[in-house]
Amino acid sequence: MKKTPTLFDMPLTADVAWCPGCGNYMLQSAVKAALHELAIDPSNLVMVSGIGQAAKAPQYLNVNMFNGLHGRSLPAALGIKLSNRNLVVVVESGDGDMYGEGGNHFIHAIRRNIDITVIVHNNMVYGLTKGQASPTSQRGMTTPVQVDGVMLEPFNPLAVALALNAPFIARAYAGDVEETKKMIMQAISFRGFSIVDVFQPCVIFNKVNTYQWFRENTVYLPESHDATDRTAAFGLATAAGKLPLGVLFRSDGREIYEELIGVGATRSISENRLTITLFMP
Amino acid sequence: MHHFLNDISMVFAGEAGQGLQTVTETLLRILAKSGYNVFSCTEYMSRIRGGCNTTEIRITDKKQRAYLERIDMLFALSPLAVEHLKSRINSGTLIFAEKSQFAERWDERYIDTPFRRFAVETGSPVFSNTVAAGTVFGMIGLPFERFTDYLGEQFAAKGEDTVSKNCMAAKLGYDFGRLIAADKAILLPSPALTGSSGRLLMDGNSALGIGAIAAGCNFISSYPMSPGTGLLTFLAARSKAFGIVVDQAEDEIAAVNAGIGASYCGARAIVTTSGGGFDLMQEGVSLAGMIETPIVIHIAQRPGPATGLPTRTEQGDLNLALHAGHGDFARAILAPGTLEELAESMQHAFTLAHCFQIPVFVLTDQYLLDAVTTIERRDIKRLPAETAVIKTGAGYQRFLFTDDGLSPRGVPGYGDGLVRVDSDEHDENGLITESFEMRARMVEKRLKRMKPLAEAALMPSIIGSIKEADVVVIAWGSNRGVLEEAIEILGNKRVAGIHFSQLFPLNPDVKSLLEKRALVVMENNAAGQFADLLSLQTGLSIAHRIVKTTGEPFSVEEVAEALSAFKESKRARP
Repeated sequence: MKKTPTLFDMPLTADVAWCPGCGNYMLQSAVKAALHELAIDPSNLVMVSGIGQAAKAPQYLNVNMFNGLHGRSLPAALGIKLSNRNLVVVVESGDGDMYGEGGNHFIHAIRRNIDITVIVHNNMVYGLTKGQASPTSQRGMTTPVQVDGVMLEPFNPLAVALALNAPFIARAYAGDVEETKKMIMQAISFRGFSIVDVFQPCVIFNKVNTYQWFRENTVYLPESHDATDRTAAFGLATAAGKLPLGVLFRSDGREIYEELIGVGATRSISENRLTITLFMP
Repeated sequence: MHHFLNDISMVFAGEAGQGLQTVTETLLRILAKSGYNVFSCTEYMSRIRGGCNTTEIRITDKKQRAYLERIDMLFALSPLAVEHLKSRINSGTLIFAEKSQFAERWDERYIDTPFRRFAVETGSPVFSNTVAAGTVFGMIGLPFERFTDYLGEQFAAKGEDTVSKNCMAAKLGYDFGRLIAADKAILLPSPALTGSSGRLLMDGNSALGIGAIAAGCNFISSYPMSPGTGLLTFLAARSKAFGIVVDQAEDEIAAVNAGIGASYCGARAIVTTSGGGFDLMQEGVSLAGMIETPIVIHIAQRPGPATGLPTRTEQGDLNLALHAGHGDFARAILAPGTLEELAESMQHAFTLAHCFQIPVFVLTDQYLLDAVTTIERRDIKRLPAETAVIKTGAGYQRFLFTDDGLSPRGVPGYGDGLVRVDSDEHDENGLITESFEMRARMVEKRLKRMKPLAEAALMPSIIGSIKEADVVVIAWGSNRGVLEEAIEILGNKRVAGIHFSQLFPLNPDVKSLLEKRALVVMENNAAGQFADLLSLQTGLSIAHRIVKTTGEPFSVEEVAEALSAFKESKRARP
């Protein structure tokens, strides 16, 4: 994909902490292209993340940024969206952050159905802490901690999201930037909670789930897939064999949490705030 | 002859689920409306039905707001009550009880009061409470219509039948009360002659909530935990009227992170919890410190560690608030002691949090929050709500270095600038840095505000005459009322009291107020947490500590007794 300059390019020089060859770079290109093509105003966008290598993504984009604590991107995003619903809120974090440390928040953010987009860098391993199992690590993978191989059932984010009736669920593979971009664009445009779980290799610590492995073990959903069929989606999310890529499920027209709460419907928090004397100590 | 003209303590005791709250609320509302000074506090068990819960109602000629151990009249709606309260019942206590339930322990202090029999005559045992309230009003001799008018309003929604049956039960109780008062020569306080029109009846939770609303609070995210839940329900009930976003979080970690996210976006956010829930919130305190984002944290204390005594009271979480969160950063801790201070502290907390861009704690406890007092409307002050949000321009730097360490605070979506915050160490732009030099400058920036924060700290309130005193008794938070009354009872000019409603940082002028006097610190915890802090902050030594660990509030009697030890003390100067 050709690189066009965007409003999201950093004017400042950030010291990028990602390893050469990391899947994060490709996902970053897809995110940036999606934001650019959707013509989102950077000052009206807040990117929220937790902790980990994936969570550094907003550091390298010219946007409002809340890089909070490990596992807590979703509660922070909730507070942000409820305080100013005019903002576009995109959460970007890793599999450990979102499905491990932040697992409880993942469950309840879906239940709320806030209008935010969650992009999960799923590389099936902990990178920043040097190679331990993540919630999505596959059984049998040996690590410095899981010396006899991972014994736990891998966390299935698509099936969990479906069980909780999340209204937009997609899975992408970062190696395919164009398709990943399209899914992210759909997710951001979707009104309600949208999640894109993105497979991406960790070239340093995951020697099992490599670029080649993902190419061989994933398959795009056929065009005939009916994304409104939750039961079919659940079958695909839990089926053995190749892992499905694409928009697995979408259910449009649901009520969103920030509207149901009802407060601030006629005035944004920004206006509300202005009624208070502006003051600098 | 039983005369209680200036001060009476009535205790209502019954099982959970018996409707104790209805009877005491009825009494308090009507008494307050009639111009009495009332104070009420409640102790209850951690269960939904059964056990024994009690509510004390004091009617006093002067305004008092402290728990009294003495019981002048006990309304025992359950046989468990007398056993539960045996240490507080004395030879002069009048016990209103139904003889059929108490036969074996009956003596001359008991007055056979047919709560249940009258109620059943009216139609159902549920009217026992109305009979009890009627008995009190009969003894006082309040106009009966005042009671029936209230019942009419209160039960209007439940229909004519409920209203008329309650009025019947009220009448039976009322006539019985008149009879007993005449028979036993019982005299109760007369209503106050003045100042009743602007008088409100209020509990601690409401005062706190009113303070939050006055402070412009428009966001609360919390997970229910006694006794911190009261603020959440108070604000939830008024969320539409005042435009407050209310979110019940999945856990306390989510609550505090959502609050900080909201605050980052310009909301005036608060979280409420108790010590155990706050244990989980500590990472959020550290985050607020790092990203210099205001957050107000209400900790309603109850006895710990762990689950402790869920429905009881203590002041054991000062050290927790003081040390919560890793790393060095600024914070403030407030500890209001009265309804007026609860409302003011909350406003002050928001101002401090927003002007200094820090986490601010408001420490309360079960006793203070559940206590109900009459208060004059004019005594609830509205402080100016101050904030520090600016409209950002292009090139905005959230962590710009300034002389006082405080960077102008922008919020996303307001102005052309971008607002970038990071929990990692960062530079002025919010970009992650590992520069040792930048790190040192940022630590200094975050701590620089401690000095102006201390200079802005609230001075403590003086009780009695400190000039003549050589013993100063120090209290904080909910112990203000009990210290005031104990000092008054003591009546010794050499013993004065001081109450702190801000515990950290301390105003630099505090030291000169306290030095050259024997310092006694009273607080409801085991170690004397504030005594340690005060000593550390001022370098003064603490002569004596009055502490308590039972899970009950200090009573007027026990504080007066403890202070009487200093009455003759010549070893005043340390």
